[in-house]
Amino acid sequence: MVSIEVHNASVDFPIFDAKTRSLKKAVLGKVGGKIGTEARVPVIEALHDITLTLKEGDRVALVGHNGAGKSTLLRLLSGIYEPTRGTSRIRGKIAPVFDLAVGMDPEISGLENIMIRGLFLGMSRKEMEKRVDDISNFTELGDYLHLPLRTYSTGMRVRLALGVVTSIDPEILLLDEGIGAVDAAFMTKARDRLVDLVRRSGMLVFASHSDDLLFELCNTAIWMDEGQVKMQGSLREVLTAYKGRDPFEHMSKETLERLGETG
Amino acid sequence: MQAISAIDVPSAPVAHTGRSWARAAQDIRQGIGHRELWGHLGWQDIKQRYRRSVIGPLWITLSMAITAAGLGLLYSQLFEASIGTFLPYLTVGFIVWNFILGCLTEGSDTFIANEGLIKHLPAPLTVYALRTVWRQTLMLMHNLLVYVVVLAIFFNDLSTPGYEITEHGTPQPGLSWAALLAIPAFCLIALNGAWVTLLFGIISTRYRDIPQVVGALTQLLFFMTPIVWSTDILTKRFGEGAADWKILVAELNPLYHFIQILRAPLIGNTQSWHHWVVVGGITVIGWSLAFLAMRNYRARVSYWV
Repeated sequence: MVSIEVHNASVDFPIFDAKTRSLKKAVLGKVGGKIGTEARVPVIEALHDITLTLKEGDRVALVGHNGAGKSTLLRLLSGIYEPTRGTSRIRGKIAPVFDLAVGMDPEISGLENIMIRGLFLGMSRKEMEKRVDDISNFTELGDYLHLPLRTYSTGMRVRLALGVVTSIDPEILLLDEGIGAVDAAFMTKARDRLVDLVRRSGMLVFASHSDDLLFELCNTAIWMDEGQVKMQGSLREVLTAYKGRDPFEHMSKETLERLGETG
Repeated sequence: MQAISAIDVPSAPVAHTGRSWARAAQDIRQGIGHRELWGHLGWQDIKQRYRRSVIGPLWITLSMAITAAGLGLLYSQLFEASIGTFLPYLTVGFIVWNFILGCLTEGSDTFIANEGLIKHLPAPLTVYALRTVWRQTLMLMHNLLVYVVVLAIFFNDLSTPGYEITEHGTPQPGLSWAALLAIPAFCLIALNGAWVTLLFGIISTRYRDIPQVVGALTQLLFFMTPIVWSTDILTKRFGEGAADWKILVAELNPLYHFIQILRAPLIGNTQSWHHWVVVGGITVIGWSLAFLAMRNYRARVSYWV
């Protein structure tokens, strides 16, 4: 059973190099008659009191302004950050696609990168070797896979990353914005595969500013604001509240039907 | 990101979920389980470093050979030692030292160097520690080629029972099957490399001055440890009653014991169980500390990098 339960979780980042701040505080402290602010480290409360329950089949859109905590929430859901307060319980095989520049070595070939990513996501070398052809077909990169990754365009990197995560049958897919760099044709292909994956036994959480991608991939949404969940509900409801207008209103009937929205 | 407040940092902020022995043990267990991953990454590191160079990782071997030959020639003259016995002594000492040095310096840097991966892919921290230790192990294996060559050249000198490293030094038993003790000795040293990497790695991630401190101290430790000089010299310099000096300079230096358990069997020196006891004790204490650090701060590392 795939699920993520987050209960009253907060994520506080200590900022160790904010020296000027603590110095200023120390001085101000003296004026005010306070002592001992030396040992204090400023923290940024990136997430505050988050309570969420996600279950199998959920396709969740994460929306919100820059710095609202979307990426941090994704990292909390992936288990990279454990909450500083509160609890989080994650069940299922996780495959995150966050920053495409990281976790991929630009100097080694695409194939090698596929192998390393796969190993990181808990696959064995043998299992990955079996999947290389499939990934190669899906990404349409062909002979490019033998070239160092630094020769790839952003879109090609996205293809590679999506190819790996969709080929290994993960149960929880976490996608951060940035995968929008691929062309429309590939996106349609990726969409089918992602939806299929979620339908089989999975969960998808996707942070993006691109409404089109969200329509394609998600059915529910979470609106993050200032590190808190401002609203949670169906994609249409949340987007309407977030944007201030109904993003579906000008869509043709066929599109609405395809997206599974009626009315 | 809303409120910017300040909290006291006595040792680490309170975490209700992360601090458990079970999670620390799970991390280490799962980390070891990802054998293919750290094996691949460690080997990749080596290939990466010598990418596009003609002889590739053989540069590790070659640079060790050059250093060993140069230092061996110089110091054997300085200490009036026969090159046939002193050069192997220095070479092996230097090879073992390089492994220890790598574990100390690159170990402290482990999590800092893997910042990107730690922040973007969920994986046990132990994976990165083992990546570092495995990389050092591979380098040691490359360096052992130099040992094999040196052994082939000076086999006669080393296998003579009663040979002396420096003139009028302590007679050594010479090479024998006891050389096989080098295998458990290496395993024990590598086991220590793992805790050093975990413990120093975690502390260094929080306090970025630690890698600098380690860097500054290792230089001194290299000269303080009997690697380019032998304990015979202490005896020669201060006479037979030099026991005090020997205790002060060599025996109190933990690195001496680490070097000795691996070096002695490889060049047929007198082996003493007290070195094994000291190293065994350090292993237990070190792993306890590393385990404690893993329990308390494992979950904090991704916040600190």
